[in-house]
Amino acid sequence: MDFRLGERSDEFRAEVAAFLDEHLTDEVIERVHATGTVHDWAFYRALAERGWLAAGWPEEYGGQGRDPFEMAAFAQEAARRHAPMDGLSTTMMVARTLLYVGTEEQKRAIVPRAVRGEILICLGYSEPDAGSDVAATKTRAARDGNEWVITGQKMFTTLAHESDYVFLLTRTNPDLPKHQGLTMFLVPLDSPGIEIHPVHTLGGERTNITFYNEVRVPDTARVGDIDGGWKAMTVALTFERSGGGGSETRRVLDQCVEWARTARQADGRRMLDDPVVRERLARVATDCEVGRLLGLRTAWIAHQGGLPGVEGSMAKLFASETFQRACSDLLDLLGPEGLRHHGEPDAPAGGWIEHAYRHAAVGTI
Amino acid sequence: MQRSQAWTCRSPEDQEALRDAFETLLGHEARPERVRAVEPLGFDPALWKLLVGMDAVSMAVPAASGGGGLGLGDLGVLAELLGRRLAPVPLLEAQVASRLLARAGAEDVLGRVVGGDQLVTLALRPGVEGTARLVPAGAVADVVVALDGTELVAVEARPEDSAHPLQSLGSAPLADRDLRSGTIRVLAEGTEAACLLAGAVAEWKVLTAAALIGLGAEALDFAVAYVRERRQFGVPIGSFQVIQHRLADLASEIDGGRLLAQEAAWAADEHEHDAAALGAMAFAYAASTAQHAAAESLHFHGGYGFMLEYDIQLYFRRAKAWALVYDDPRREYQQVAELLWGPPEAP
Repeated sequence: MDFRLGERSDEFRAEVAAFLDEHLTDEVIERVHATGTVHDWAFYRALAERGWLAAGWPEEYGGQGRDPFEMAAFAQEAARRHAPMDGLSTTMMVARTLLYVGTEEQKRAIVPRAVRGEILICLGYSEPDAGSDVAATKTRAARDGNEWVITGQKMFTTLAHESDYVFLLTRTNPDLPKHQGLTMFLVPLDSPGIEIHPVHTLGGERTNITFYNEVRVPDTARVGDIDGGWKAMTVALTFERSGGGGSETRRVLDQCVEWARTARQADGRRMLDDPVVRERLARVATDCEVGRLLGLRTAWIAHQGGLPGVEGSMAKLFASETFQRACSDLLDLLGPEGLRHHGEPDAPAGGWIEHAYRHAAVGTI
Repeated sequence: MQRSQAWTCRSPEDQEALRDAFETLLGHEARPERVRAVEPLGFDPALWKLLVGMDAVSMAVPAASGGGGLGLGDLGVLAELLGRRLAPVPLLEAQVASRLLARAGAEDVLGRVVGGDQLVTLALRPGVEGTARLVPAGAVADVVVALDGTELVAVEARPEDSAHPLQSLGSAPLADRDLRSGTIRVLAEGTEAACLLAGAVAEWKVLTAAALIGLGAEALDFAVAYVRERRQFGVPIGSFQVIQHRLADLASEIDGGRLLAQEAAWAADEHEHDAAALGAMAFAYAASTAQHAAAESLHFHGGYGFMLEYDIQLYFRRAKAWALVYDDPRREYQQVAELLWGPPEAP
């Protein structure tokens, strides 16, 4: 395995960095922070104009054919700069699933619009009583002639209030074992019978609970086989890993190092000269490097044509757990001043560590 | 000196061949009963002879000095295998010290040590008043390379004359060595001497990181095998999430630590600008990972893990000792900080 991503990837990283300088303005960052909606249409359309929503796809489907190392650089830069990417990841994951299991009509009608940044697709998997046991889904889809009638509710339908479609996991046959009676639908969110209620989270992000009351969709909205929903969802899950491992941790580390260069202790000494501070920062830097390498390995396996299943999960697990540890440790490092929220004029490191500490908790859920 | 042609690592296949050959050898010759049999000294002369016969020392010496010219990336593969088997031989020390002798131009000493006539090691810390304390392999080495004051010296002496062996946590042949008796050869002085030693210690840390990862990986394998087999409450204990989650965390840490040790070796071989920082990170991370793996594995064994009869205790003790023989691993993070952000400013 090579330990550097290579020239092509470095060049793409520089392009991405220049793009973020221009389009990821303070205004975008503040808007995302204030609304809790980790998506920004202006920023999203700018990404789409560059052809980067599907940068890693083959050109025949509207992509740029960029390799996994270029895509890892893209994911790393975006995470390091706190770019709002939630909409991109769910939309393109579903669009890519359609390429594998969708009908020709779905590929024609949905995928190009997703690639052009015209539509957003959110995920409707979890329910009040089906979290990690997602196959226990109760939302019912019943056949009625050429239509399906859907009734139920979904939890954590993040971005439903901005999205055009929800990729919905439903139960079509309650008599089969739980993994076998499931079917996926791509449901337009403006369908009659859908209600979207906001849910506010510890990390400041807004998500939703969505209700489906006798929502009627044509059979053409079905994705994959009847009772074959588990398979369609599993296809989607294999696209979930990005190779950006450790970049969120890198962001909070960078913020704290910058703080420690100027902040002073009571005796006038720079924070960065205190051995306690130095050890903490160095530990986080080490975890960042390990996280980067685990992510790089994932990209490397994908680059060789493999499917990095276990390796992808390890990278994700490690990155999420070390991000939590880092946020906890770095927030302590800031001392009592670190309690101040982002937006308080005197908040150290912009108040972003306090925010990250709350946000990081979601990573292992 | 004898020319080593046996091992080249120009391709991944060559590295595989190296791994296969030594994995087979160590699988036969470094079984846990052999490791136990040579405790408390922790040196197996028969295994040492076999390894020297397979050019395991000379492979590390630069080709210009007649060696195999392998880099740390390749040597790390072997180091990980040694760690897995807790091989009771000071190969990493001999390799690193031989590379140092080559850099210092001490061809005559080098000739004797790569051929197996003499065993060479290095003192990881400068001597104090003529004594190097806790020298790895100090109890069995014929030549000790050490910093004595401003001089880098190679001290040739029979270990029985000059060493004060001691019993210790890791059952390693550590000894305090007298640097001022025997045949003393000055290899370098002043800044050059300090730089040569620092370079060798940095290499030792990278290879020791690989060995610690091997140790941790084997401790994890022990754990997985045990929790599959051990039944309590009518089921294998590996079916409990409290164990599964901890195993998954360990597997990720070990894979990550291995990648970091490999990256540090690659960076040193390629003279990358961040090689020193990566080496310090790899050492500190491998030390904590190996200890974590061995401690968790021991506890998955329940009361049996605390019995000397079970092999996990061999790993538990060495996981701590192999890193601590250099220094408190937490101090490595001060080194990492210095390399990344510069030295602390004076108050």
